[in-house]
Amino acid sequence: MDFFKRHFLVALAAVLGLVVVAYVGAQTKLQILFGVVVPYLAALIFVEGLVYRLIQWARSPVPFRIPTTAGQNRTLPWIKRDLDDKLDNPDTFKYLLGRMALEILAFRSLFRNLRTELRKDPDNPEGARLIHWSYKWLWLGAIAFHYAFLVVVLRHLRFFTEPVPMPIQLLEHMDGFFQFFVPAVYLSGVILVVALFYLLARRITNPTLRYISLAADYFPLFLILGIGISGILMRYVYKVDIVAVKQLALGLVTLHPVVPAGIGPIFYVHLFLVCVLFAYFPFSKLMHAPGVFLSPSRNMVANNRWVLHVNPWNYPVKFTPYLEYEDKFREAMIEADIPVEKES
Amino acid sequence: MAKVPKPSELLPGISYQPPAKGWMDVKPDFRPGTYCNPAAPKWMEWIGYPYPQARSIPDNEWGLPDNWQEIVLQGMEDRLDRFRSLKLFFDICVRCGACADKCHFFLGTGDPKNMPVLRAELLRSVYRRYFKKIGRVLGEIAGARDLSEDVIKEWFFYLYQCTICRRCSLFCPYGIDMAEMTLLGRELLASVGLNIDWAMASVAQCYDKGSHIGATPQAFKDMIDFLAEENERITGITTTPSYNRKGAEVLFVTPSGDYFADPGSFTLMGYLLLFEYIGLDYTFSTYAAEGGNFGWFISHEMGKRLNSKIYAEAKRLGVKWILGGECGHMWRVCNQYMPTYWGEPVNFLEEPVSPITGTRFENAKIHKMVHISEFTADLIKNGKLNLDPQRNAHIKLTFHDSCNTARGMGIFEEPRYIINNVLPEGHFVEMPPNTIREKTFCCGSSSGINASENMELRMQGGLPRANAVRWVYEQYGVNHLGCICALDRATLPTLLEYWVPEMQVTGITEMVGNALIFPDEIERTTDLRDRDLEGFGEAAEEDAEEGE
Ligand code: HEM
Ligand code: SF4
Ligand code: SF4
Repeated sequence: MDFFKRHFLVALAAVLGLVVVAYVGAQTKLQILFGVVVPYLAALIFVEGLVYRLIQWARSPVPFRIPTTAGQNRTLPWIKRDLDDKLDNPDTFKYLLGRMALEILAFRSLFRNLRTELRKDPDNPEGARLIHWSYKWLWLGAIAFHYAFLVVVLRHLRFFTEPVPMPIQLLEHMDGFFQFFVPAVYLSGVILVVALFYLLARRITNPTLRYISLAADYFPLFLILGIGISGILMRYVYKVDIVAVKQLALGLVTLHPVVPAGIGPIFYVHLFLVCVLFAYFPFSKLMHAPGVFLSPSRNMVANNRWVLHVNPWNYPVKFTPYLEYEDKFREAMIEADIPVEKES
Repeated sequence: MAKVPKPSELLPGISYQPPAKGWMDVKPDFRPGTYCNPAAPKWMEWIGYPYPQARSIPDNEWGLPDNWQEIVLQGMEDRLDRFRSLKLFFDICVRCGACADKCHFFLGTGDPKNMPVLRAELLRSVYRRYFKKIGRVLGEIAGARDLSEDVIKEWFFYLYQCTICRRCSLFCPYGIDMAEMTLLGRELLASVGLNIDWAMASVAQCYDKGSHIGATPQAFKDMIDFLAEENERITGITTTPSYNRKGAEVLFVTPSGDYFADPGSFTLMGYLLLFEYIGLDYTFSTYAAEGGNFGWFISHEMGKRLNSKIYAEAKRLGVKWILGGECGHMWRVCNQYMPTYWGEPVNFLEEPVSPITGTRFENAKIHKMVHISEFTADLIKNGKLNLDPQRNAHIKLTFHDSCNTARGMGIFEEPRYIINNVLPEGHFVEMPPNTIREKTFCCGSSSGINASENMELRMQGGLPRANAVRWVYEQYGVNHLGCICALDRATLPTLLEYWVPEMQVTGITEMVGNALIFPDEIERTTDLRDRDLEGFGEAAEEDAEEGE
């Protein structure tokens, strides 16, 4: 089996395995395990793992100030600096916040994305030339996926709150704006799954991307797809008892767990996959979410030349002191009329 | 030396289709022309680098010490503890592939391991194997692999096919910067004796004598004096550089490329003329004779060892501030590292003030060092220079943003401002927008790999740059590529000779030197390169005869 198939199939098998485990488990007497123990465990691992990883990162210092500068820096006052220069080469904390906000909320760097291709060109002596063009599809797919994910997560808060706070109700209302049929279709769920299929498809069909992808890249895609599809199935096809689900959810957050009877196994599949996602998060590439906040090439003010950045482990190094150098060349220097410290 | 295939052979051979075999199973092909020779032991001894020994790649003599794995892994652990960047960049890549087609080496070779993401995986896979539980347990399926001899050879191959240009970092949604990982990876290679000769020789020479080219103090002075004489011959103006002069107001530091060879030397002639024109009280130093810093291409520490000489010398000479010449990596080091290397405020220098215009360079308040383009732009803005752009009328220019000043500093407007003031209107044309400014393409030979034995690789890596130059050549008849980088002036002529032979490379201050009108100059009939100005020389005479 080649590299691609191995990594692809292992990830797929892992997620299918998880589905089976939950499906079978939920039909035995293990509902307490899947409804209460696993969620608590997952939450624990998520929180502890996240804190642990953040501390791990934070323990290493940032010895040098290395922002990637993508606009004119601050120099002479009359040199033109547009807003995008200030955001892409932030010289103050204010613009740094702007840069980070754009990265996190709008995926600024990904928006810059280009595609480069070697095109046949008979006019060129070598018969081909490189063409670069703006390519926003990845950005669109990524934005669609992430915002859909965010909305879905926020919407789920209605299960964990009583009464449901106004903003959540509002969000739910807007999300379900398109009432093709009953129950109202949540746009976010659809976008989430469609975007995930796009991200997966590009990983498989783009030869270079397929070449670099690991099981760890397919696994979260399959996992979140599993969550999305099970959720959609639960809502529109195999209806589950929402009142009971809310009872369970409220029980979990109020630390009085209960397992109401009569919730369909599909719910346990959904819940189990979510738990796995949470537990998996701190130990995977999903850590890009907190990571982007800490990235030294993005989160530093480009004020290198007017504010000193101190390296905590800076140490003295050996270099030839001037006098040693002069000792070596003194005679020749004197002969060449180059001033010296000592005449002999 | 390996023969470099012709452009018409090289370009059609590029394919972005990855091979069928998984990347972990593909070994690097050390074909002559694609790699740099390992460093001669002599250089390593000069600077006290470990495991100096004669090595030969064709003979498969790598001379790794017995416990090399232990050294490398220890070194990796050490760097993970000292550089948050490394830890983070190892951990958070999602392999989205946004960086893949951004690297000029990938675009020029089609080798998938030249995609920044995969270049990083070469290191990251080892990190996973030894520093992550999952990698230790699951191995390949977790993207982990053993640190074998093939792996370290692969590092040597691919970490010296990265010019630390940061184009990948610009496009990465998390700013993952392969340049940072390449630098640290090269440190690991150096820790077991693997260095490249070209960079190491320059470093050792610079450490020992004062500049990459190994010029002794007297040779350094000779070279600059010679260029001053050239100035006098062409312009009638006596320029009077001084050396190691205590009490000068300004210490001028520029890379050796500017006094060592054409066309950089013409830029140096430009500096001399400019300083003479404004009556700047400045001195060169034979000790801090090198602005460039190949040390940083080898390790952060070696970068500091070479860089420290500049402040030390400024202190000894008692100057007020430092003026830096046109150079890319020099300024990246100056901007990102220099004050931090020094570690404390540089109180023996003053906040730079232009003695001519009175402009305070507040942006260099602690660095105490001003970029020549900032300095010149300020002079022009304040009307201190009498310029005749017609003297550059034979030049139709496009401007190459050097990757280091672009993405490691952010200097874009000053050189363009100067260009627009020293060239006749309409003589400056930009290359396509996706290939300039922050998106600029590297010359393909920076970061110490401008050797001659790897010429094929250099021509491949420079393809995207040259390709954009060709475009403006064809569309607008551009005949000069301008830059503010001495390394560019060393590498781009070779690159363009290969891809766009009609093109010349010029520094910006060279054109300032051409345009400056001195009150007491002789009639100028040629530029600083002895080329006829428009309206002079044989071509003009022929025109005149025809007219009669
Ligand atoms: C601050 C928050 C976050 C930011 C700025 C962010 C940004 C990004 C970006 C720019 C990409 C690359 C584009 C792509 O491949 O789709 C990406 C990929 C991805 N993100 Fe996030 N993300 C964030 C939070 C999350 C969270 C909370 C999850 C949780 C599940 C997540 C899951 C993923 C996945 C699975 C991918 C890979 C998609 C693929 O394989 O193609 N992200 N993220
Ligand atoms: S762009 Fe960044 S996250 Fe995406 S593959 Fe490259 S290094 Fe990884
Ligand atoms: S730093 Fe430049 S050369 Fe190195 S991987 Fe990134 S784009 Fe390529």
